[in-house]
Amino acid sequence: MENIFKRLSALSATTILFLLTGIFVVLFLYAKPAIKEYGIKFLIDPRWGVSINPNKPSNNQDKVLVNQDNENIVVEEDIGGDTPVDQEEIIQTDKEDIAINDEDALSQKSKVIYGGLIPIVGTVLSTVIAMAFAVPIAMGIAVFLSEIAPFYISKPVGVAIELLAAIPSIIYGMWGLFYFGPVVSRIFGGGSVGLLVAGLVLGIMIIPFMASLSRDSMNTTPSVLKESAYAMGATKFEVIKDVIFPYAKSGIIGSMILALGRALGETMAVAFVIGGVFKLPEKITDPTVSIPVVLANNFAESSGMSLSALFYLALILFVISFLVISFAKFYFLRDKK
Amino acid sequence: MRLVINKIVLFLSTLAALMGLMFLFWILITLTLKGINALNIHIFTNDLVNNGLRNLLIGQFILAFLAVIIGVPIGMIAGIYLQEYSFDNKYAAFIRNLSDVMMSAPSIVIGTFIYAIVVMPFGHMSGWAGALALAVMMIPIIVRTTDDMLGLVPRELREAGIAIGAPKYKVIFDIILKAAKVGIMTGFLLAFARIIGETAPLLFTSGNNEYFTLDLNREFPSLTVAIYNLSTMPDKNLVDIAWAGAFLLTLFVLVINLLGRYIVKEKKR
Repeated sequence: MENIFKRLSALSATTILFLLTGIFVVLFLYAKPAIKEYGIKFLIDPRWGVSINPNKPSNNQDKVLVNQDNENIVVEEDIGGDTPVDQEEIIQTDKEDIAINDEDALSQKSKVIYGGLIPIVGTVLSTVIAMAFAVPIAMGIAVFLSEIAPFYISKPVGVAIELLAAIPSIIYGMWGLFYFGPVVSRIFGGGSVGLLVAGLVLGIMIIPFMASLSRDSMNTTPSVLKESAYAMGATKFEVIKDVIFPYAKSGIIGSMILALGRALGETMAVAFVIGGVFKLPEKITDPTVSIPVVLANNFAESSGMSLSALFYLALILFVISFLVISFAKFYFLRDKK
Repeated sequence: MRLVINKIVLFLSTLAALMGLMFLFWILITLTLKGINALNIHIFTNDLVNNGLRNLLIGQFILAFLAVIIGVPIGMIAGIYLQEYSFDNKYAAFIRNLSDVMMSAPSIVIGTFIYAIVVMPFGHMSGWAGALALAVMMIPIIVRTTDDMLGLVPRELREAGIAIGAPKYKVIFDIILKAAKVGIMTGFLLAFARIIGETAPLLFTSGNNEYFTLDLNREFPSLTVAIYNLSTMPDKNLVDIAWAGAFLLTLFVLVINLLGRYIVKEKKR
């Protein structure tokens, strides 16, 4: 009996390993046709569901169907200031684009091309916006709760923040669509759905999570350290900057990365407000898509190569978030456990 | 100068806190106002096809309960293994870390996984697939909770049990689990609250159903998926129903969370 239970429990624990490797293997197997077909170029190909017709010059065909080949050139200038990496990516893409088109024209075979650049860029940009928005506010909240507010304020506000972290993400998406989107579009222009709204809603969603984790790790600073700094005549800001932040650094960075992982894989908060259009954003307010949203909107209706391409995207998302979260766990949150 | 900088920083920090809280309360207030406006008895007594939420609420609960039934035994026994059967061994540490990583895996990816292994072989979406997807999401949460809660049980209890000659599984079931009961149950409650609000893994596993059904082999009604579908409809009535559903869902999740806190607090006292 004892042995049976011991085996059983070891088996259950191994289920975790099975599930995780199972997810990876299954996604990989289903993505295989797409991986074979498009290879690594999938990552930098901005065309999704574009059929290549060998009888016509393929560039024209693209323009009619997705209307984005020319726009890529504009994108380079606009996004340029945002992240240099993206700019590079896109310039590369244009070259690749032409190369692929030529190849296809030679191959004399009409086929549909699926590329993942747009959802990947959408995911990265919306996450970047979310982090840029959420980090300062979440740090403000964390500092406020752990150092500034008196106990009778920090206690209920802290509980409220933790409760807000439990609200299902679909609620954030819905609110973003009906209330926040219109406000953002009035302030920044553009439509009430788009990259900016998606990033901001995502940011608001991860604020409670990030703030409560950071507060917890700030609260672990021994008061002896703080008190000795105060005794030396340090101001509150200096204590926060020179005592609390260095002490809680790994926990704070860890919480940011966990929040980042959450933002990368978030579906519902983004699906409502990103627009769901396969188009590289020219302006920050333009509608686009992210990987989870592509999956949510197209998965059930897809088959064949498009389904395989979706599995490819899911695999990319899974691997990225796996890496991000493991990084946070092993480098920053390790000493906790 | 230092004092001025201090003042400015503290002010900015308070401002950031206020701004964040403002957004969050804005969400709660709009949700409550819209939700209460749209709530009426009609919503509880009719199915979606007649502009009600009855089948959706029941469906969502069934999916989440099934996930609990599938996920809790596996997760709990795995948690017991980590805490009781593996002293400082590398494998347990590895599994623990994997479980933590899996807890943060994107929920939509778990949906695609279940789609590949359940929906595609059977050729159609089903309630079982949805429940399985939720169970996969739930397992790492349960592992973590059980692991943490068993870790709080004092060592002496285990030693006392073993000293009177009880086999280890008896010690675990009759002593340790009883000692950690409240904490573990609270953890399960919170895990339940977390998965009942999930939408992404259900979108293409259980799908949605406008009619009342208990047949898990068919597309299954789900509140969250319906909220997503309804709120993008042009018909204002349908959007209102979505708000009512969103309000009920949030209310439920928040109440369970408050209850969980209360239980933990009571226990500490």
